[in-house]
Amino acid sequence: MIELKHGRRQWALLSPAVGLITFAAAGPLIIVLIYSVLQKGDYAGVIWNFSADAWFNVFLERDIFDDTVSIADAHLSIFMRSLKLAITATVMAFLVGFPTAYFIATRPARSRNIWLFLITIPFWTNLLIRTFAIMEIIRNEGVINTLLMASGIIEQPIQMLYTDFAITLGLLYVYLPLMVLPLYASIEKIDFRLVEAAYDLYGTRWKVLRRIVLPLVKPGIIAGSILVFIPALGAYVTPRVLGGGKNLMLGNLIEFQFGQGRNWPLGSALSITLLVLVMFALLFYVRNTTRSHAHG
Amino acid sequence: MAELSRAKSFDVRRQPGFTAVAILCFFMLYAPMVALVLYSFNAGQSIGTWEGFSWRWYESAINNREIQQATIRSLQVAGVATLVSTIAATMAALATTRTRPYRGMTFAFALINQPLMVPEIVTAVALLIFFAIIKGATGYTGMGYLLAAHAAFCIPFAYLPIRARLEDMDLTLEQAAADLYATPWQAFRRVTLPRLLPGILAGAMLAFVISLDDVVITLFVAGPGQETLPLYVIGQLRRIVTPEMNAVSTLFLLVSAILVTVFFLLSRRK
Repeated sequence: MIELKHGRRQWALLSPAVGLITFAAAGPLIIVLIYSVLQKGDYAGVIWNFSADAWFNVFLERDIFDDTVSIADAHLSIFMRSLKLAITATVMAFLVGFPTAYFIATRPARSRNIWLFLITIPFWTNLLIRTFAIMEIIRNEGVINTLLMASGIIEQPIQMLYTDFAITLGLLYVYLPLMVLPLYASIEKIDFRLVEAAYDLYGTRWKVLRRIVLPLVKPGIIAGSILVFIPALGAYVTPRVLGGGKNLMLGNLIEFQFGQGRNWPLGSALSITLLVLVMFALLFYVRNTTRSHAHG
Repeated sequence: MAELSRAKSFDVRRQPGFTAVAILCFFMLYAPMVALVLYSFNAGQSIGTWEGFSWRWYESAINNREIQQATIRSLQVAGVATLVSTIAATMAALATTRTRPYRGMTFAFALINQPLMVPEIVTAVALLIFFAIIKGATGYTGMGYLLAAHAAFCIPFAYLPIRARLEDMDLTLEQAAADLYATPWQAFRRVTLPRLLPGILAGAMLAFVISLDDVVITLFVAGPGQETLPLYVIGQLRRIVTPEMNAVSTLFLLVSAILVTVFFLLSRRK
Protein backbone atom coordinates (compact mmCIF):
# COMPACT_ATOMS: atom_id res chain seq x y z
CA MET A 1 0.00 0.00 0.00
CA ILE A 2 1.05 3.54 -0.69
CA GLU A 3 -0.63 4.91 2.36
CA LEU A 4 2.00 4.42 5.00
CA LYS A 5 0.17 2.84 7.83
CA HIS A 6 2.95 2.04 10.18
CA GLY A 7 4.08 4.77 12.51
CA ARG A 8 7.61 3.45 12.17
CA ARG A 9 7.82 4.15 8.44
CA GLN A 10 6.39 7.59 8.99
CA TRP A 11 8.98 8.36 11.58
CA ALA A 12 11.66 7.16 9.18
CA LEU A 13 10.37 9.74 6.69
CA LEU A 14 10.19 12.41 9.36
CA SER A 15 13.63 11.75 10.81
CA PRO A 16 15.76 13.98 8.51
CA ALA A 17 13.55 17.06 9.08
CA VAL A 18 12.98 16.41 12.77
CA GLY A 19 16.64 15.52 13.33
CA LEU A 20 17.98 18.59 11.55
CA ILE A 21 15.66 20.99 13.33
CA THR A 22 16.38 19.38 16.68
CA PHE A 23 20.11 19.64 16.05
CA ALA A 24 20.34 23.11 14.51
CA ALA A 25 17.27 25.06 15.68
CA ALA A 26 15.11 23.73 18.52
CA GLY A 27 17.51 21.62 20.58
CA PRO A 28 20.13 24.31 21.27
CA LEU A 29 17.43 26.41 22.96
CA ILE A 30 17.81 24.12 25.98
CA ILE A 31 21.49 25.06 26.19
CA VAL A 32 20.51 28.74 26.29
CA LEU A 33 18.34 27.97 29.30
CA ILE A 34 21.26 26.22 31.00
CA TYR A 35 23.70 29.02 30.21
CA SER A 36 21.36 31.57 31.74
CA VAL A 37 21.96 30.04 35.19
CA LEU A 38 25.74 29.77 34.92
CA GLN A 39 28.49 32.11 36.04
CA LYS A 40 29.92 34.41 33.39
CA GLY A 41 33.41 33.75 32.08
CA ASP A 42 36.13 36.40 32.30
CA TYR A 43 36.39 37.05 28.57
CA ALA A 44 33.46 35.21 27.04
CA GLY A 45 31.64 31.95 27.55
CA VAL A 46 30.77 30.63 30.98
CA ILE A 47 32.20 29.03 34.11
CA TRP A 48 30.26 25.88 34.95
CA ASN A 49 28.99 27.00 38.36
CA PHE A 50 25.38 27.69 39.18
CA SER A 51 24.62 31.39 39.45
CA ALA A 52 21.42 33.41 39.45
CA ASP A 53 23.35 36.59 38.60
CA ALA A 54 22.22 36.72 35.00
CA TRP A 55 18.53 36.55 35.88
CA PHE A 56 19.09 39.02 38.70
CA ASN A 57 20.73 41.38 36.20
CA VAL A 58 17.93 41.20 33.67
CA PHE A 59 15.75 43.43 35.81
CA LEU A 60 17.85 44.59 38.75
CA GLU A 61 21.26 46.05 39.36
CA ARG A 62 23.41 46.19 42.47
CA ASP A 63 25.28 49.38 43.19
CA ILE A 64 29.02 48.64 43.18
CA PHE A 65 29.71 50.98 46.12
CA ASP A 66 26.96 50.47 48.67
CA ASP A 67 25.38 47.20 47.46
CA THR A 68 21.90 48.71 47.23
CA VAL A 69 19.62 47.01 44.74
CA SER A 70 17.64 49.00 42.22
CA ILE A 71 15.80 48.36 38.98
CA ALA A 72 18.14 48.01 35.98
CA ASP A 73 17.13 51.17 34.17
CA ALA A 74 19.30 50.48 31.14
CA HIS A 75 17.67 47.12 30.48
CA LEU A 76 14.20 48.23 31.46
CA SER A 77 14.30 51.17 29.08
CA ILE A 78 15.32 48.86 26.22
CA PHE A 79 12.52 46.45 27.12
CA MET A 80 10.04 49.30 27.18
CA ARG A 81 11.36 50.76 23.93
CA SER A 82 11.10 47.36 22.22
CA LEU A 83 7.52 46.94 23.39
CA LYS A 84 6.63 50.51 22.49
CA LEU A 85 8.14 50.35 19.00
CA ALA A 86 6.70 46.90 18.28
CA ILE A 87 3.21 47.96 19.41
CA THR A 88 3.37 51.26 17.50
CA ALA A 89 4.49 49.46 14.34
CA THR A 90 1.67 46.91 14.77
CA VAL A 91 -1.00 49.59 15.22
CA MET A 92 0.30 51.59 12.26
CA ALA A 93 0.43 48.43 10.16
CA PHE A 94 -3.23 47.84 11.00
CA LEU A 95 -4.23 51.42 10.16
CA VAL A 96 -2.51 51.20 6.78
CA GLY A 97 -3.06 47.51 6.20
CA PHE A 98 -6.79 47.27 6.86
CA PRO A 99 -7.92 49.70 4.14
CA THR A 100 -5.36 48.12 1.79
CA ALA A 101 -6.60 44.58 2.45
CA TYR A 102 -10.18 45.80 2.11
CA PHE A 103 -9.33 47.47 -1.17
CA ILE A 104 -7.75 44.27 -2.53
CA ALA A 105 -10.60 42.05 -1.33
CA THR A 106 -13.22 44.19 -3.07
CA ARG A 107 -11.44 44.22 -6.45
CA PRO A 108 -12.80 42.07 -9.29
CA ALA A 109 -11.49 38.50 -9.03
CA ARG A 110 -9.07 38.86 -11.92
CA SER A 111 -7.15 41.93 -10.77
CA ARG A 112 -7.24 40.77 -7.13
CA ASN A 113 -4.41 38.31 -7.69
CA ILE A 114 -2.22 41.01 -9.18
CA TRP A 115 -2.73 43.28 -6.16
CA LEU A 116 -2.02 40.36 -3.84
CA PHE A 117 1.13 39.58 -5.77
CA LEU A 118 2.22 43.22 -5.39
CA ILE A 119 1.85 42.90 -1.61
CA THR A 120 3.70 39.59 -1.50
CA ILE A 121 6.70 40.57 -3.61
CA PRO A 122 8.20 42.96 -1.01
CA PHE A 123 7.65 40.34 1.67
CA TRP A 124 9.88 37.83 -0.09
CA THR A 125 12.58 40.32 -1.01
CA ASN A 126 15.51 40.77 1.27
CA LEU A 127 14.65 42.44 4.56
CA LEU A 128 18.11 43.97 4.88
CA ILE A 129 17.86 45.55 1.44
CA ARG A 130 14.39 46.93 2.14
CA THR A 131 15.74 48.41 5.37
CA PHE A 132 18.64 49.88 3.40
CA ALA A 133 16.10 51.40 0.99
CA ILE A 134 14.35 53.14 3.91
CA MET A 135 17.72 54.32 5.20
CA GLU A 136 18.50 55.98 1.88
CA ILE A 137 15.11 57.68 1.77
CA ILE A 138 15.26 59.25 5.23
CA ARG A 139 18.95 60.04 5.67
CA ASN A 140 20.06 63.67 5.83
CA GLU A 141 21.29 63.55 2.22
CA GLY A 142 18.39 61.30 1.26
CA VAL A 143 15.53 61.79 -1.16
CA ILE A 144 13.06 63.34 1.33
CA ASN A 145 15.45 65.89 2.76
CA THR A 146 16.89 66.74 -0.65
CA LEU A 147 13.42 67.35 -2.06
CA LEU A 148 12.27 69.39 0.94
CA MET A 149 15.39 71.56 0.83
CA ALA A 150 15.26 72.01 -2.92
CA SER A 151 11.67 73.20 -2.67
CA GLY A 152 12.63 75.63 0.06
CA ILE A 153 10.35 74.20 2.75
CA ILE A 154 13.27 73.56 5.10
CA GLU A 155 16.79 74.95 5.26
CA GLN A 156 18.41 72.31 7.43
CA PRO A 157 17.87 68.60 6.83
CA ILE A 158 15.50 66.99 9.35
CA GLN A 159 17.30 64.32 11.35
CA MET A 160 15.16 61.23 10.79
CA LEU A 161 17.76 58.47 10.54
CA TYR A 162 19.01 57.00 13.84
CA THR A 163 15.83 57.92 15.73
CA ASP A 164 12.97 55.86 17.19
CA PHE A 165 10.87 57.22 14.34
CA ALA A 166 13.23 55.63 11.83
CA ILE A 167 13.00 52.25 13.56
CA THR A 168 9.19 52.39 13.74
CA LEU A 169 8.98 53.33 10.07
CA GLY A 170 11.38 50.52 9.18
CA LEU A 171 9.44 47.93 11.19
CA LEU A 172 6.18 49.10 9.63
CA TYR A 173 7.71 48.93 6.18
CA VAL A 174 9.23 45.47 6.42
CA TYR A 175 6.38 43.73 8.26
CA LEU A 176 3.36 45.42 6.62
CA PRO A 177 2.68 42.51 4.21
CA LEU A 178 2.30 40.20 7.23
CA MET A 179 -0.63 42.36 8.35
CA VAL A 180 -2.27 42.70 4.94
CA LEU A 181 -2.33 39.01 3.99
CA PRO A 182 -4.34 37.59 6.94
CA LEU A 183 -6.63 40.65 6.89
CA TYR A 184 -7.28 40.03 3.24
CA ALA A 185 -8.08 36.37 3.91
CA SER A 186 -10.70 37.42 6.48
CA ILE A 187 -12.25 40.26 4.47
CA GLU A 188 -12.53 38.07 1.39
CA LYS A 189 -14.82 35.72 3.35
CA ILE A 190 -17.28 38.45 4.37
CA ASP A 191 -20.80 37.82 3.20
CA PHE A 192 -21.64 41.28 1.89
CA ARG A 193 -25.36 40.55 2.16
CA LEU A 194 -24.90 41.23 5.87
CA VAL A 195 -23.45 44.63 5.01
CA GLU A 196 -26.32 45.29 2.63
CA ALA A 197 -28.82 44.35 5.34
CA ALA A 198 -27.14 46.80 7.72
CA TYR A 199 -27.50 49.60 5.17
CA ASP A 200 -31.15 48.67 4.67
CA LEU A 201 -31.56 49.14 8.41
CA TYR A 202 -30.18 52.69 8.08
CA GLY A 203 -26.65 51.92 9.24
CA THR A 204 -24.17 54.64 8.37
CA ARG A 205 -20.87 53.77 6.67
CA TRP A 206 -19.02 54.16 9.94
CA LYS A 207 -21.51 52.08 11.91
CA VAL A 208 -21.47 49.32 9.30
CA LEU A 209 -17.68 49.29 9.40
CA ARG A 210 -17.53 49.20 13.18
CA ARG A 211 -20.45 46.90 13.95
CA ILE A 212 -20.45 44.53 10.97
CA VAL A 213 -17.14 44.51 9.09
CA LEU A 214 -14.63 44.78 11.94
CA PRO A 215 -16.24 42.04 14.10
CA LEU A 216 -16.33 39.74 11.07
CA VAL A 217 -12.62 40.20 10.36
CA LYS A 218 -11.51 39.90 13.99
CA PRO A 219 -9.61 36.63 13.40
CA GLY A 220 -7.65 38.34 10.63
CA ILE A 221 -6.92 41.34 12.85
CA ILE A 222 -5.58 39.11 15.61
CA ALA A 223 -3.53 36.98 13.21
CA GLY A 224 -2.06 40.01 11.43
CA SER A 225 -1.23 41.79 14.68
CA ILE A 226 0.55 38.75 16.08
CA LEU A 227 2.43 38.19 12.84
CA VAL A 228 3.72 41.79 12.89
CA PHE A 229 4.25 42.11 16.64
CA ILE A 230 6.37 38.98 17.10
CA PRO A 231 9.12 39.69 14.56
CA ALA A 232 9.01 43.41 15.40
CA LEU A 233 9.63 42.69 19.08
CA GLY A 234 12.64 40.49 18.31
CA ALA A 235 13.91 42.67 15.45
CA TYR A 236 17.64 42.97 15.08
CA VAL A 237 18.48 44.16 11.57
CA THR A 238 16.05 47.10 11.39
CA PRO A 239 17.07 48.76 14.70
CA ARG A 240 20.75 48.12 13.94
CA VAL A 241 20.62 49.78 10.53
CA LEU A 242 18.08 52.55 11.23
CA GLY A 243 18.71 53.12 14.94
CA GLY A 244 22.45 53.59 14.63
CA GLY A 245 24.41 52.54 17.67
CA LYS A 246 22.25 54.21 20.27
CA ASN A 247 18.57 53.43 19.78
CA LEU A 248 18.71 49.77 20.69
CA MET A 249 16.03 47.15 20.87
CA LEU A 250 16.03 43.83 22.71
CA GLY A 251 17.64 41.97 19.80
CA ASN A 252 20.60 44.35 19.79
CA LEU A 253 20.97 44.17 23.56
CA ILE A 254 21.18 40.38 23.30
CA GLU A 255 23.78 40.59 20.55
CA PHE A 256 25.78 43.10 22.59
CA GLN A 257 26.01 40.67 25.52
CA PHE A 258 27.48 38.00 23.24
CA GLY A 259 29.87 40.48 21.63
CA GLN A 260 31.44 43.42 23.38
CA GLY A 261 29.45 42.88 26.56
CA ARG A 262 31.04 39.45 27.06
CA ASN A 263 28.25 38.34 29.33
CA TRP A 264 26.89 35.16 27.82
CA PRO A 265 24.69 34.20 30.80
CA LEU A 266 23.00 37.60 30.76
CA GLY A 267 22.56 37.37 26.97
CA SER A 268 21.03 33.92 27.48
CA ALA A 269 18.66 35.15 30.18
CA LEU A 270 17.57 38.05 27.94
CA SER A 271 16.98 35.63 25.05
CA ILE A 272 14.79 33.42 27.22
CA THR A 273 12.87 36.51 28.34
CA LEU A 274 12.24 37.49 24.73
CA LEU A 275 11.19 33.93 23.94
CA VAL A 276 8.73 33.92 26.85
CA LEU A 277 7.21 37.23 25.67
CA VAL A 278 6.77 35.79 22.19
CA MET A 279 5.24 32.58 23.57
CA PHE A 280 2.71 34.65 25.51
CA ALA A 281 1.74 36.46 22.31
CA LEU A 282 1.37 33.13 20.49
CA LEU A 283 -0.67 31.68 23.35
CA PHE A 284 -2.96 34.70 23.22
CA TYR A 285 -3.37 34.12 19.49
CA VAL A 286 -4.12 30.38 19.84
CA ARG A 287 -6.63 30.94 22.65
CA ASN A 288 -8.45 33.63 20.70
CA THR A 289 -8.65 31.74 17.44
CA THR A 290 -9.82 28.49 19.04
CA ARG A 291 -12.45 30.35 21.03
CA SER A 292 -13.84 32.09 17.93
CA HIS A 293 -13.95 28.68 16.19
CA ALA A 294 -15.91 27.23 19.08
CA HIS A 295 -18.48 29.98 18.76
CA GLY A 296 -18.76 29.32 15.04
CA MET B 1 -32.03 62.12 2.13
CA ALA B 2 -28.40 62.54 1.34
CA GLU B 3 -28.13 58.77 1.07
CA LEU B 4 -31.04 58.67 -1.35
CA SER B 5 -29.62 61.24 -3.70
CA ARG B 6 -26.55 59.11 -4.40
CA ALA B 7 -28.42 55.84 -4.19
CA LYS B 8 -27.91 55.22 -7.88
CA SER B 9 -24.21 54.63 -7.45
CA PHE B 10 -24.43 53.20 -3.95
CA ASP B 11 -21.98 50.32 -3.50
CA VAL B 12 -22.26 48.42 -0.22
CA ARG B 13 -18.62 47.40 -0.44
CA ARG B 14 -17.26 50.91 -0.70
CA GLN B 15 -15.71 52.62 2.30
CA PRO B 16 -14.66 56.23 1.83
CA GLY B 17 -10.93 56.88 1.85
CA PHE B 18 -9.90 53.23 1.75
CA THR B 19 -8.80 53.35 -1.86
CA ALA B 20 -6.65 56.40 -1.16
CA VAL B 21 -4.95 54.67 1.77
CA ALA B 22 -4.42 51.54 -0.33
CA ILE B 23 -2.81 53.51 -3.15
CA LEU B 24 -0.64 55.29 -0.59
CA CYS B 25 0.30 51.93 0.88
CA PHE B 26 1.42 50.52 -2.47
CA PHE B 27 3.33 53.71 -3.14
CA MET B 28 5.02 53.46 0.25
CA LEU B 29 5.95 49.82 -0.38
CA TYR B 30 7.50 50.43 -3.76
CA ALA B 31 8.85 54.01 -3.73
CA PRO B 32 11.89 53.25 -1.53
CA MET B 33 12.82 50.28 -3.67
CA VAL B 34 12.37 52.27 -6.88
CA ALA B 35 14.60 55.01 -5.46
CA LEU B 36 17.19 52.41 -4.47
CA VAL B 37 17.24 50.97 -7.99
CA LEU B 38 17.29 54.42 -9.57
CA TYR B 39 20.32 55.62 -7.63
CA SER B 40 22.24 52.47 -8.50
CA PHE B 41 22.53 54.10 -11.93
CA ASN B 42 23.73 57.42 -10.56
CA ALA B 43 26.93 58.68 -12.15
CA GLY B 44 27.93 60.54 -9.00
CA GLN B 45 29.11 59.37 -5.57
CA SER B 46 25.95 60.48 -3.84
CA ILE B 47 22.76 58.59 -3.18
CA GLY B 48 20.77 61.81 -2.75
CA THR B 49 21.57 63.94 -5.78
CA TRP B 50 21.22 62.68 -9.31
CA GLU B 51 24.19 63.32 -11.57
CA GLY B 52 23.30 61.38 -14.69
CA PHE B 53 23.03 57.79 -15.84
CA SER B 54 25.94 55.38 -15.59
CA TRP B 55 26.75 51.69 -15.26
CA ARG B 56 29.91 52.47 -13.27
CA TRP B 57 28.63 51.13 -9.92
CA TYR B 58 27.61 47.86 -11.49
CA GLU B 59 31.07 47.54 -13.00
CA SER B 60 32.72 48.33 -9.72
CA ALA B 61 30.44 45.90 -7.84
CA ILE B 62 31.06 43.08 -10.28
CA ASN B 63 34.82 43.66 -10.15
CA ASN B 64 34.90 43.89 -6.35
CA ARG B 65 36.66 40.74 -5.10
CA GLU B 66 34.93 40.80 -1.70
CA ILE B 67 31.52 40.99 -3.35
CA GLN B 68 32.42 38.20 -5.77
CA GLN B 69 33.50 35.89 -2.97
CA ALA B 70 30.54 36.74 -0.75
CA THR B 71 28.15 36.13 -3.65
CA ILE B 72 29.68 32.75 -4.46
CA ARG B 73 29.52 31.75 -0.79
CA SER B 74 25.89 32.86 -0.51
CA LEU B 75 24.95 30.82 -3.57
CA GLN B 76 26.81 27.77 -2.27
CA VAL B 77 25.18 27.94 1.14
CA ALA B 78 21.72 28.56 -0.33
CA GLY B 79 22.22 25.76 -2.87
CA VAL B 80 23.18 23.15 -0.27
CA ALA B 81 20.57 24.35 2.23
CA THR B 82 17.87 24.22 -0.45
CA LEU B 83 18.78 20.70 -1.55
CA VAL B 84 18.93 19.29 1.98
CA SER B 85 15.87 21.12 3.32
CA THR B 86 13.71 20.32 0.28
CA ILE B 87 14.47 16.60 0.48
CA ALA B 88 13.85 16.55 4.24
CA ALA B 89 10.67 18.62 3.83
CA THR B 90 9.32 16.40 1.03
CA MET B 91 9.81 13.29 3.17
CA ALA B 92 8.21 15.02 6.15
CA ALA B 93 5.25 16.17 4.05
CA LEU B 94 4.70 12.61 2.81
CA ALA B 95 4.67 11.45 6.42
CA THR B 96 2.21 14.08 7.68
CA THR B 97 -0.45 14.21 4.95
CA ARG B 98 -2.96 11.72 3.56
CA THR B 99 -2.61 9.55 6.63
CA ARG B 100 -4.51 8.74 9.75
CA PRO B 101 -3.29 10.58 12.82
CA TYR B 102 -0.64 8.68 14.71
CA ARG B 103 1.25 9.19 17.93
CA GLY B 104 3.60 12.13 17.77
CA MET B 105 2.32 13.58 14.48
CA THR B 106 1.23 16.83 16.11
CA PHE B 107 4.56 17.02 17.88
CA ALA B 108 6.45 16.49 14.61
CA PHE B 109 4.33 19.14 12.91
CA ALA B 110 5.00 21.65 15.69
CA LEU B 111 8.73 20.89 15.62
CA ILE B 112 8.95 21.34 11.84
CA ASN B 113 7.27 24.74 12.14
CA GLN B 114 9.32 25.73 15.17
CA PRO B 115 11.78 27.96 13.25
CA LEU B 116 8.81 30.12 12.21
CA MET B 117 7.80 30.81 15.80
CA VAL B 118 11.03 31.45 17.69
CA PRO B 119 12.62 34.88 17.13
CA GLU B 120 15.65 34.54 14.88
CA ILE B 121 17.93 36.27 17.34
CA VAL B 122 17.16 33.62 19.98
CA THR B 123 17.91 30.76 17.59
CA ALA B 124 21.06 32.60 16.50
CA VAL B 125 22.28 32.90 20.09
CA ALA B 126 21.44 29.25 20.79
CA LEU B 127 23.44 28.14 17.76
CA LEU B 128 26.37 30.36 18.69
CA ILE B 129 26.60 28.67 22.10
CA PHE B 130 25.93 25.15 20.84
CA PHE B 131 28.39 25.34 17.95
CA ALA B 132 31.02 26.91 20.20
CA ILE B 133 30.76 23.82 22.42
CA ILE B 134 31.10 21.49 19.41
CA LYS B 135 34.03 23.53 18.07
CA GLY B 136 35.72 23.23 21.43
CA ALA B 137 35.17 19.48 21.55
CA THR B 138 36.01 18.56 17.95
CA GLY B 139 38.15 21.39 16.62
CA TYR B 140 36.07 21.46 13.38
CA THR B 141 35.59 25.03 12.13
CA GLY B 142 34.37 24.48 8.55
CA MET B 143 31.24 25.50 6.68
CA GLY B 144 29.24 22.60 8.20
CA TYR B 145 27.75 24.76 10.94
CA LEU B 146 26.45 27.40 8.55
CA LEU B 147 25.06 24.77 6.19
CA ALA B 148 23.29 22.88 9.00
CA ALA B 149 21.78 26.08 10.42
CA HIS B 150 20.52 27.23 7.01
CA ALA B 151 19.14 23.81 6.08
CA ALA B 152 17.26 23.67 9.40
CA PHE B 153 15.51 27.06 9.20
CA CYS B 154 14.66 26.52 5.52
CA ILE B 155 12.72 23.31 6.24
CA PRO B 156 9.37 24.90 7.25
CA PHE B 157 9.44 27.18 4.20
CA ALA B 158 9.97 24.23 1.88
CA TYR B 159 7.53 22.06 3.83
CA LEU B 160 4.44 24.28 3.67
CA PRO B 161 3.98 24.49 -0.14
CA ILE B 162 4.81 20.79 -0.56
CA ARG B 163 2.28 19.86 2.09
CA ALA B 164 -0.34 22.13 0.51
CA ARG B 165 0.19 20.44 -2.83
CA LEU B 166 -0.05 16.94 -1.30
CA GLU B 167 -3.28 17.81 0.46
CA ASP B 168 -4.83 18.69 -2.89
CA MET B 169 -3.96 15.26 -4.29
CA ASP B 170 -6.24 12.35 -3.46
CA LEU B 171 -5.03 8.75 -3.30
CA THR B 172 -7.07 7.40 -6.23
CA LEU B 173 -4.20 7.32 -8.72
CA GLU B 174 -1.83 5.70 -6.22
CA GLN B 175 -4.47 3.08 -5.49
CA ALA B 176 -4.93 2.44 -9.19
CA ALA B 177 -1.16 2.00 -9.54
CA ALA B 178 -1.17 -0.47 -6.67
CA ASP B 179 -4.05 -2.38 -8.27
CA LEU B 180 -1.90 -2.70 -11.38
CA TYR B 181 0.84 -4.35 -9.32
CA ALA B 182 3.13 -1.35 -8.95
CA THR B 183 5.46 -1.65 -5.98
CA PRO B 184 5.19 1.21 -3.44
CA TRP B 185 8.42 2.67 -4.78
CA GLN B 186 7.25 2.47 -8.41
CA ALA B 187 3.96 4.10 -7.48
CA PHE B 188 5.79 6.89 -5.70
CA ARG B 189 8.34 7.34 -8.50
CA ARG B 190 5.85 7.20 -11.40
CA VAL B 191 2.64 8.58 -9.88
CA THR B 192 3.17 10.63 -6.71
CA LEU B 193 6.45 12.36 -7.53
CA PRO B 194 5.49 13.76 -10.96
CA ARG B 195 2.28 15.22 -9.58
CA LEU B 196 4.06 16.58 -6.53
CA LEU B 197 6.91 18.14 -8.48
CA PRO B 198 5.47 21.68 -8.83
CA GLY B 199 5.02 21.75 -5.04
CA ILE B 200 8.57 20.56 -4.48
CA LEU B 201 9.97 23.17 -6.86
CA ALA B 202 7.89 25.91 -5.19
CA GLY B 203 9.20 24.81 -1.80
CA ALA B 204 12.75 24.81 -3.11
CA MET B 205 12.35 28.38 -4.44
CA LEU B 206 11.19 29.64 -1.06
CA ALA B 207 13.96 27.80 0.76
CA PHE B 208 16.53 29.32 -1.59
CA VAL B 209 15.20 32.87 -1.13
CA ILE B 210 15.04 32.46 2.65
CA SER B 211 18.60 31.15 2.86
CA LEU B 212 19.92 33.84 0.52
CA ASP B 213 18.29 36.59 2.61
CA ASP B 214 19.31 35.48 6.06
CA VAL B 215 21.29 37.94 8.16
CA VAL B 216 20.80 37.25 11.85
CA ILE B 217 21.54 33.52 12.15
CA THR B 218 24.37 33.80 9.63
CA LEU B 219 25.89 36.68 11.60
CA PHE B 220 26.17 34.49 14.71
CA VAL B 221 27.11 31.21 13.04
CA ALA B 222 29.50 32.21 10.24
CA GLY B 223 33.14 31.84 11.19
CA PRO B 224 35.99 34.04 9.98
CA GLY B 225 36.17 34.04 6.20
CA GLN B 226 32.61 32.73 5.85
CA GLU B 227 30.99 36.05 4.99
CA THR B 228 27.84 35.82 2.88
CA LEU B 229 26.52 38.66 0.70
CA PRO B 230 24.00 39.98 3.29
CA LEU B 231 26.79 40.04 5.91
CA TYR B 232 28.97 42.01 3.52
CA VAL B 233 26.13 44.47 2.89
CA ILE B 234 25.28 45.03 6.56
CA GLY B 235 28.98 45.53 7.29
CA GLN B 236 29.21 48.19 4.57
CA LEU B 237 26.17 50.11 5.88
CA ARG B 238 28.25 51.27 8.84
CA ARG B 239 30.56 53.16 6.49
CA ILE B 240 29.93 55.86 3.94
CA VAL B 241 27.60 54.22 1.48
CA THR B 242 28.21 54.64 -2.25
CA PRO B 243 25.80 53.66 -5.04
CA GLU B 244 27.84 50.46 -5.30
CA MET B 245 25.64 49.13 -2.47
CA ASN B 246 22.59 50.12 -4.52
CA ALA B 247 23.93 48.17 -7.46
CA VAL B 248 24.50 45.06 -5.32
CA SER B 249 21.06 45.49 -3.73
CA THR B 250 19.39 45.89 -7.11
CA LEU B 251 20.90 42.65 -8.37
CA PHE B 252 19.80 40.98 -5.14
CA LEU B 253 16.23 42.31 -5.51
CA LEU B 254 16.17 41.10 -9.09
CA VAL B 255 17.13 37.55 -8.11
CA SER B 256 14.52 37.48 -5.31
CA ALA B 257 11.80 38.89 -7.54
CA ILE B 258 12.46 36.31 -10.25
CA LEU B 259 12.45 33.41 -7.78
CA VAL B 260 9.26 34.62 -6.11
CA THR B 261 7.52 35.04 -9.45
CA VAL B 262 8.48 31.50 -10.43
CA PHE B 263 7.21 30.33 -7.04
CA PHE B 264 3.86 32.00 -7.67
CA LEU B 265 3.49 30.47 -11.10
CA LEU B 266 4.36 27.04 -9.73
CA SER B 267 2.09 27.13 -6.71
CA ARG B 268 -0.92 28.54 -8.56
CA ARG B 269 -3.74 26.07 -8.30
CA LYS B 270 -5.53 24.80 -11.35
